Amino acid sequence: MIWEIIVSALLVMAGVFGLVGSFGLIRLPTTMTRLHAPTKATTLGGGGVLVASMIYFAVFMDHYSFHELMITLFLFLTAPITANLIAKAYLHRTERPEDLPPTGTDRGWATYDASADPSRRTDG
Amino acid sequence: MLRKLFPHPVLTLTLTAVWVALMNELSPGHVVFGLILGILIPWITAAYWPDRPRLRAPLKVAAYILIVLYDIVKSNFIVARIVLFMPLSQLRPAWVTVPLDLRSPEAITVLAGTITMTPGTVSADLSACGRAILVHCLHAPDSQGVVNDIKARYESRLKEIFE
Repeated sequence: MIWEIIVSALLVMAGVFGLVGSFGLIRLPTTMTRLHAPTKATTLGGGGVLVASMIYFAVFMDHYSFHELMITLFLFLTAPITANLIAKAYLHRTERPEDLPPTGTDRGWATYDASADPSRRTDG
Repeated sequence: MLRKLFPHPVLTLTLTAVWVALMNELSPGHVVFGLILGILIPWITAAYWPDRPRLRAPLKVAAYILIVLYDIVKSNFIVARIVLFMPLSQLRPAWVTVPLDLRSPEAITVLAGTITMTPGTVSADLSACGRAILVHCLHAPDSQGVVNDIKARYESRLKEIFE
């Protein structure tokens, strides 16, 4: 009984955060602010469903499932890359280097600094 | 000899664990096949690993993961409140430059991923020399506070783990 409540609560919470994330896509005014909404949906929205699934299978189906951990791992590996690609595309299309804060170093931001070589290691 | 057989011991263990988790069954057969993959794949891809990232403090990785998970849950609620209730005229999105003390590319990658996965901040770009990271904040009336938070909570810990 108590486990059923916990699993249901997790599912509802995940659904609410998924909804808030989608609502943010409608409500927030600019591309960069909208980019913040989906990171939320994948973390607590996805996370809640995955934890609920692990508890459900462990308690009610009597077997332990590791697939949820793998999904979490792959989400955490891939979500920052998509967000970064969208941000970079936005920088190229909309922002100008003058609009961004200075880097505080003698080089510009890598998106605009044509001499930047991505394969080069930072020293150290 | 051992180095030749296991060019990347951490990767071997990770691949074995991932294989067993994907098969979803802790049986000897799966573990053995996972080990075979875990030995073969690092051996084949060794040429693409010119230098191995060293984990100086493996135990601190667990502490770091817990801190990040806690921050994700906490900032989820903060961002949800902003999205639902804050009048858009009060929203203060901002670009913030975070100067980096980290030098190893692996550590900077983990830091950038952490910044993006915690709601409210997205890492957008790195300076061409790799010494500063450009972060976009959803709502940052105090941008210096964001910089201090990132440096104190994440960067200092990553420095202990990687460097």
